[in-house]
Amino acid sequence: MTLRYLLEKEFKQIKRNTFIPKLIIMMPLFAMIIFPYAANFDVKNINLSIVDHDKSSFSQTLIQKIQSSGYFRLSDVSGTYNGAMKSIEADESDVILEIPANFERTLIKDQSADLMISANAVNGNKGGLGSSYLMNIIMDFNSDIRVKHLKIVDEVTIPAMEMMPLYRYNPTLKYEVFMVPALLVMILAMICGFLPALNIVAEKQSGTIEQMNVTPVTKWTFILSKLIPYWVIGYVVLTISMGVALFYWGLKPSGSLLTIYLFASLFIVAFSGFGLVISNYATTVQQAILMMFFFMLTFIFMSGLYTPVENMPGWAQMISTISPLKYIMSVFRLVYLKGSSFDELHKPFFALLTFATVFYTWAILSYKKTG
Amino acid sequence: MLILLVLPILMILLFGFGITTEIKNAKFAVYDPSNDMATQKIIDKIQSSEYFTLEAYLSNPAEIETIFQKGEVSLLVIFSESFYENMVHTGDAQILFIADGTDPNTASTLVSYASMLIAAFQQEQMGSAGMPPYQIHTEVKLLYNPTLKGAYSTVPGVMGLILMLICAMMTSVSIAKEKELGTMEVILVSPMPPLMIIISKMIPYFTVSIINYLTILVLAVFVLDVPIVGSFWLLTGLSLLFIFVSLALGLLISTLVESQIAALLGSVMGLLLPTVLLSGLMFPIENMPIFLQVIAEVIPAKWFIMAVKDVMIKGLGITSILTELAVLGAMAIVLIAVSLKKFKTRLE
Repeated sequence: MTLRYLLEKEFKQIKRNTFIPKLIIMMPLFAMIIFPYAANFDVKNINLSIVDHDKSSFSQTLIQKIQSSGYFRLSDVSGTYNGAMKSIEADESDVILEIPANFERTLIKDQSADLMISANAVNGNKGGLGSSYLMNIIMDFNSDIRVKHLKIVDEVTIPAMEMMPLYRYNPTLKYEVFMVPALLVMILAMICGFLPALNIVAEKQSGTIEQMNVTPVTKWTFILSKLIPYWVIGYVVLTISMGVALFYWGLKPSGSLLTIYLFASLFIVAFSGFGLVISNYATTVQQAILMMFFFMLTFIFMSGLYTPVENMPGWAQMISTISPLKYIMSVFRLVYLKGSSFDELHKPFFALLTFATVFYTWAILSYKKTG
Repeated sequence: MLILLVLPILMILLFGFGITTEIKNAKFAVYDPSNDMATQKIIDKIQSSEYFTLEAYLSNPAEIETIFQKGEVSLLVIFSESFYENMVHTGDAQILFIADGTDPNTASTLVSYASMLIAAFQQEQMGSAGMPPYQIHTEVKLLYNPTLKGAYSTVPGVMGLILMLICAMMTSVSIAKEKELGTMEVILVSPMPPLMIIISKMIPYFTVSIINYLTILVLAVFVLDVPIVGSFWLLTGLSLLFIFVSLALGLLISTLVESQIAALLGSVMGLLLPTVLLSGLMFPIENMPIFLQVIAEVIPAKWFIMAVKDVMIKGLGITSILTELAVLGAMAIVLIAVSLKKFKTRLE
């Protein structure tokens, strides 16, 4: 019964705040539309400079093959390597392919010839992928030549095989598909992390917590009354974000909605519990913001939002196991993109359940009714 | 106050180690109905590379679906039947790579690594029967960042973000705080000229930024192994110019707002978010739609980060960053002029 009155108070406070209701509606809308455009690590349209000293039919064929691959945009054909380097320095080009003089003749006569690739690797992603795409095209070109120039009798000695790539769940390799489910989590985490972190500490600063402390309300009920509103807010935020994902980005979960909301519920309890813990320890609003900012940054970066967790160094992987964001992030991607069902998700379920229990208990224990 | 000095350290470590494009020990599974010497050798070859770890052998094709749904395997290698026979005789042996495309970059990197390993195997096979005919050797040189470390592109970005954060946000908040507390009035009625007031407000944050700048460089060089290839003094001069622009921005914000919260929100919405998203700090600008690229043009950090990459990573001289210097210089002059004009010396 007390809980009902407490909840009434919390909801009124949220409703009559000038800022929070706007935040709850606007932030998911705005973030879900803008973020996927900006957060795009796509490696497409790699600018290529070609230095062709050979100008033979082989080099022409190779250049054509590269152009028709669709990965590269020919930025210039320089006469010299230094000229091509200039365009790398000016960021006009990402990769240089140098074809030495007499490339065709050497290849036919000596049975082997060299090519040089230089990639601008300041952006490691682009440099690395760009040069390996180019390598693959050259290898392809190489086997074309072999097939064309070797006699039928010799062909038996060449082990021939065909390699075909197939990309599951995202056949055209669109980056939004990867980012949108993760952004749902990020927005949920921001709102259900920062708002509770500011809640109790704001009552401390305005002095209203003193009144709370002298009432017979138990700690358990008090924390629960702080938690439930964020549950509701979390659902609202999640639903709006999923709406944008569906209507703007055309992405709908291939798994069941029930699984998504089930995991989201656990995550909200865990993360707003964590926010309340911070709020209990902080003495000023500013302190709470900075502390939450610190943890949020660490959790988000260690969650696998941008980089798969398994590629991180060992210490980072250790940190990520104690971040609830890591589990919910992978669950959302699995359910959204691969349609995983609850049966495959036992591990993250128990992890999140543990986080929810631990943070909720901690929030109760760290709340002191003594001033 | 301590957090101002600790934050850069945390950020540089998180960004430096947390965003990596290197691929190590990616888990792959194999479906191998032929199970002969060729497929065994190929599997060994993939497994023994540092990029891949063998996770599972699938025994029937039905498992293809479920193995991805658990999210443990990122690449699946499928061989056609009687692989070796076909490879040697008919030439239509097939390998199918099924990559988990949810993460596009990892997927395409894995596929191209695996194809290269198999191409190497093919060459070895030919090599055993004498010199492979018509062999093209490709030499790859990765300029500036031979080991493809993510830190090379994140260090300049973090530098821009931290300097912007400390200078602009903290200056605006501290001036707004004096307004809120009413102490600004006390200072304004003193015989101090307004310019002096502003300068003295800025100097502490200027000092903190210099310390942060040096901390970031030390961490970059000694912890992340990102060298300073170009001139240290050019880099420092560039950073001073950028700090100046950021301070001026902070000043401008503080003349527009009356409370700390407004200053904080103003700097977060107007500075922090655009800087994180649009400066090229994390996400490549060239991938963005045109309207975002246009907004990016007016973000000071974008120009700073470009110039830092040129000087620090590529080791270029002053001639290659003239545009960036000119833009930053112009921004500094405009911002200072506007905010001095707006700075009210009168009491309301």
